Amino acid sequence: MLNPIQVLCSDITSLSLEPEPFASYTEADIISTVEFNHTGELLATGDKGGRVVIFQREPEGKTEPFSQGEYNVYNTFQSHEPEFDYLKSLEIEEKINKIRWLPQQNAAHFLLSTNDKTVKLWKVSERDKRPEGYNLKDEEGRMKNLSTVTSLQVPVLKPMDLMVEVSPRRVFANAHTYHVNSISVNSDHETYMSADDLRINLWHLGITNRSFNIVDIKPVNMEDLTEVITAAEFHPHHCNLLVYSSSKGTLRLCDMREAALCDKHSKLFEEPEDPSNRSFFSEIISSVSDVKFSHSGRYLLTRDYLTAKVWDLNMENKPLEIYQVHEYLRSKLCSLYENDCIFDKFECVWNGSDSVIMTGAYNNFFRMFDRNTNRDVTLEASRESSKPRAVLKPRRVCQGGKRRKDDISVDSLDFTKKILHTAWHPTENIIAIAATNNLYIFQDKLNQEMHG
Amino acid sequence: MFPKGTKRKFSDSREEPVAGGEDVNQSSLAAVRMLSSYSLQRQSLLDMSLIKLQLCHMLVEPNLCRSVLIANTVRQIQEEMTQDGTWQIMTQALSAANAAAQCSADRLVATEVLCRQTEAAQGEQVPKPFPVVGSEGCPAKEVLEEEAAAAEVGMTMSTVSPQAPTSYLPGTFGMDPCWEEEETGEDDDDEEEEEDSEECGSGSEGEERERDSLVEDTRTAEQVFGTFEIKNPAPSPDPALEELFSDVDASYYDLDTVLTGMQSVPKMGPYDLLESLSSHGPSPLSSSTSCRSDLNELDHIMEIIVGS
Repeated sequence: MLNPIQVLCSDITSLSLEPEPFASYTEADIISTVEFNHTGELLATGDKGGRVVIFQREPEGKTEPFSQGEYNVYNTFQSHEPEFDYLKSLEIEEKINKIRWLPQQNAAHFLLSTNDKTVKLWKVSERDKRPEGYNLKDEEGRMKNLSTVTSLQVPVLKPMDLMVEVSPRRVFANAHTYHVNSISVNSDHETYMSADDLRINLWHLGITNRSFNIVDIKPVNMEDLTEVITAAEFHPHHCNLLVYSSSKGTLRLCDMREAALCDKHSKLFEEPEDPSNRSFFSEIISSVSDVKFSHSGRYLLTRDYLTAKVWDLNMENKPLEIYQVHEYLRSKLCSLYENDCIFDKFECVWNGSDSVIMTGAYNNFFRMFDRNTNRDVTLEASRESSKPRAVLKPRRVCQGGKRRKDDISVDSLDFTKKILHTAWHPTENIIAIAATNNLYIFQDKLNQEMHG
Repeated sequence: MFPKGTKRKFSDSREEPVAGGEDVNQSSLAAVRMLSSYSLQRQSLLDMSLIKLQLCHMLVEPNLCRSVLIANTVRQIQEEMTQDGTWQIMTQALSAANAAAQCSADRLVATEVLCRQTEAAQGEQVPKPFPVVGSEGCPAKEVLEEEAAAAEVGMTMSTVSPQAPTSYLPGTFGMDPCWEEEETGEDDDDEEEEEDSEECGSGSEGEERERDSLVEDTRTAEQVFGTFEIKNPAPSPDPALEELFSDVDASYYDLDTVLTGMQSVPKMGPYDLLESLSSHGPSPLSSSTSCRSDLNELDHIMEIIVGS
């Protein structure tokens, strides 16, 4: 029982949530997911309107020194459309929740995109040649007058302007009662999983009419529901291992070899609660919003509302490292609960060498933590502070006390500007930051930036 | 602790104590103040959480994770209040409220489920105090028009009978709709009666309206409880929101309702199915032509059945 003298929250006044005065973008333009492919050549973004935009990195080697690998739009397509569930009388949003690239196996690229209910496999291919010299058709495609055909010719492939075609190859539907929050491609390159609030299903990439349920945490009585699945991912190397996080702040590592239904976890990662920090919001802020395996497969990175944690797969009772993302919000939890910001789901990412982790925050800030040097930095993604080739200036949030120039006070943070989705290039120091409807790409060294 | 017969306003507890305060020593007064402050904050958190749970039911299926987290918070507060003993006060008051409300049984209606209160408000709004609850049922706009039909439609997650509110006890899972209470549990006994009668609806005017309606009949409850002073300066929710939810029904405070309603397909009788299908007129999305003709047919059938 809580000590009754303990104060719930020191600040009950609501924080200002003034939206942008110009609001020149529509809700549909809000970016909802960002993902590099396995080589980093392609970058895909999904938005609330169900569209996917793919960027491609320009090949280096141009004469101009500063045009090192810019990302330009490669293709845009409509992945999901809004739907209506007639049985429940509810709309199904077309918002793209996650995009995951498949490892490339031939000239074409494949990606999985999902909204709340349906996963789709898309093939992205290039066409730069076309056949010419048909016997029966002329150049415009009209049927030839056969009496004019006097000889046969073999059509030849001639180069043409590059055309990027995207076509849906598979639609994996009707397998989720609840909202899909994660998809993850298995290292076997044949299967993938999709996770919703209460269940995780295993699919074969080639089979759409059947999936296997591997985790089910739905209680017999929904009245007893106290915990949901918030994120899930396959191990990068071991095709039998997967991890899923819950709203109670636990991580469960499951081994698919143990049983068909992995309700019983192999390992449970949970940090014991700190009784001195206990409040009514403790559970909410402990809810894990994202979980990512390190590239090595040895560590797990999780994000909850105030912190990012690195776990060692071999140590279940506490995390290896804890990074405070915005501890200054702890005294504002009541207001953040009132304006629903406390439910924001921030994602987190590793860099290619697993030495740095990155996650977003409010006011268009994002944070990077170097695990080796224990240094961290706060940067801002905004038009004002990001001119092309300008060096990003570190920002600081002050909580009172000494205030330096350019510091931002906690009370002037803009909580409508939140960076939930970020991505890190698999091998280089290039990051993609989604700030509402804008995509920022930052690079190391030459610090080249681009606005999306 | 406080003089008998004095009607306490929240502001009083913040100021110096009234006559008789010399009996109270400073340290216990400070403790009481902190306790009041804590209880108030806890209460406002509970209010906020319940409003959030109601707001969940919108056009798009609500976020289950968010709802579960809010529900857990509410449970936590409820448990603590039960241990505090403040829960019993509210339950008692609620029973008193129910006894008063049941005398007008003819105005009680079966619980209805409305997905979209705003749409219903814009649509054929019937001035009847149909409780507005969310989620998994169908819009049932047409159901609103036909009272007789509406009374039979059982498209509920959990049908609330007139006696149902009494089942909202701390032991069970349901939340008491009317649990607004005085600041602390250490109230003078003589004030208990006042408390009970004033039980439902301390808070701002809008909030009390909300609570009154929870006892199933807006007008009756208001007659019983009258108007209330503002008891605590809890951060009052948006008045527009309160108006929107002024017809909230008791079952809304049942967490079971909230949680089950969000995902399960409602058990609908054939009657309900017809209605749900026929009320899908303003669907913004394309459906197959055969579906549309079915809907038209059902519309037609509905009209015949209802005899409009």
